Amino acid sequence: MTDLLKLYGTTFDSRLLIGTALYPSPAIMRESVEASGAQIITLSLRRQSPEQQQGKMLWDYIRESGCQLLPNTAGCKTPREVIALAEMSREIFLTDWLKLEVIGDDYNLQPDPYGLVEAARELVRRGFKVLPYCTDDLVVCRKLLDVGCEVLMPWGAPIGTGRGLLNRYNLQTLRERLPDTPLIIDAGIGAPSQAAEAMEMGYDAVLLNTAIARAQEPVNMARAFRLAVEAGRTAYSAGLMLKRQTASPSTPTLDMPFWQQADTATQE
Amino acid sequence: MQVVVNGQVEKLERPTDLSSLLQQLGYSGEAFAVALNGDFVPRANYGETRLNDGDALDIVAPVVGG
Repeated sequence: MTDLLKLYGTTFDSRLLIGTALYPSPAIMRESVEASGAQIITLSLRRQSPEQQQGKMLWDYIRESGCQLLPNTAGCKTPREVIALAEMSREIFLTDWLKLEVIGDDYNLQPDPYGLVEAARELVRRGFKVLPYCTDDLVVCRKLLDVGCEVLMPWGAPIGTGRGLLNRYNLQTLRERLPDTPLIIDAGIGAPSQAAEAMEMGYDAVLLNTAIARAQEPVNMARAFRLAVEAGRTAYSAGLMLKRQTASPSTPTLDMPFWQQADTATQE
Repeated sequence: MQVVVNGQVEKLERPTDLSSLLQQLGYSGEAFAVALNGDFVPRANYGETRLNDGDALDIVAPVVGG
């Protein structure tokens, strides 16, 4: 069965994207990436002195992983910062793909919708394949599509909170109103059940980091998320039953023993 | 003259270009990228990029990210 995720013309078997941060060790990060089955991983750029070798070590691993790289612009607050970091990412990672983040509020790391649209427009003009981390606002999402984004990544909940899908109504609305746009829940997922829930709603994929990296056993949690995403996607494809207000027996009622017609019982 | 590299002041005895400064500071390989006063400088332009007093450089390398 082929049920591939298609983003910017590239297809993937896996519908789970994961971040590379916050793991107890680089080795556990690698094992977790493998256990998750993820084919797209996020990473970033930060200031580094030549004595620090983390950058090169990470880069060596990443090149070996064979994953599609998705550099982020985490921490950027203005389109200007975003553009500079995006260009630096493209030069180092040799990819046009970019997880666009423009943070508008330090407290809940909420995306700045105005900066997001402005930055996305310029990045698309420069040839980037932009995957914006955005809120679940339908109008903002439409603006992002208008300026050339082909994929949207609305938040489930603020980054690192693990609170799941806080606004199901908005997320459901996005799914229904943008049926042809690949939609990825990015951020806020804390448990495999929440990832499955997003997939059952028809979301195309899920991106998360903290829920795996901060688990007591990240490698096992990566596997759990892999299974949950597969289960949720399979369930969505199979078609969920409609909810009903009243009970309806699943066991046949016909030929139920001990039951007598009322008039028969009366004759006795 | 002096420039600021990743937030740290570096004193330069004489005017120089970006390529020479990076070499002097020990940056090698391709796992880094540079912005000058907030704007990206492509690797191919290092040699022709003259540094001025007070310039701010950001030199970044890959890190883990979410």
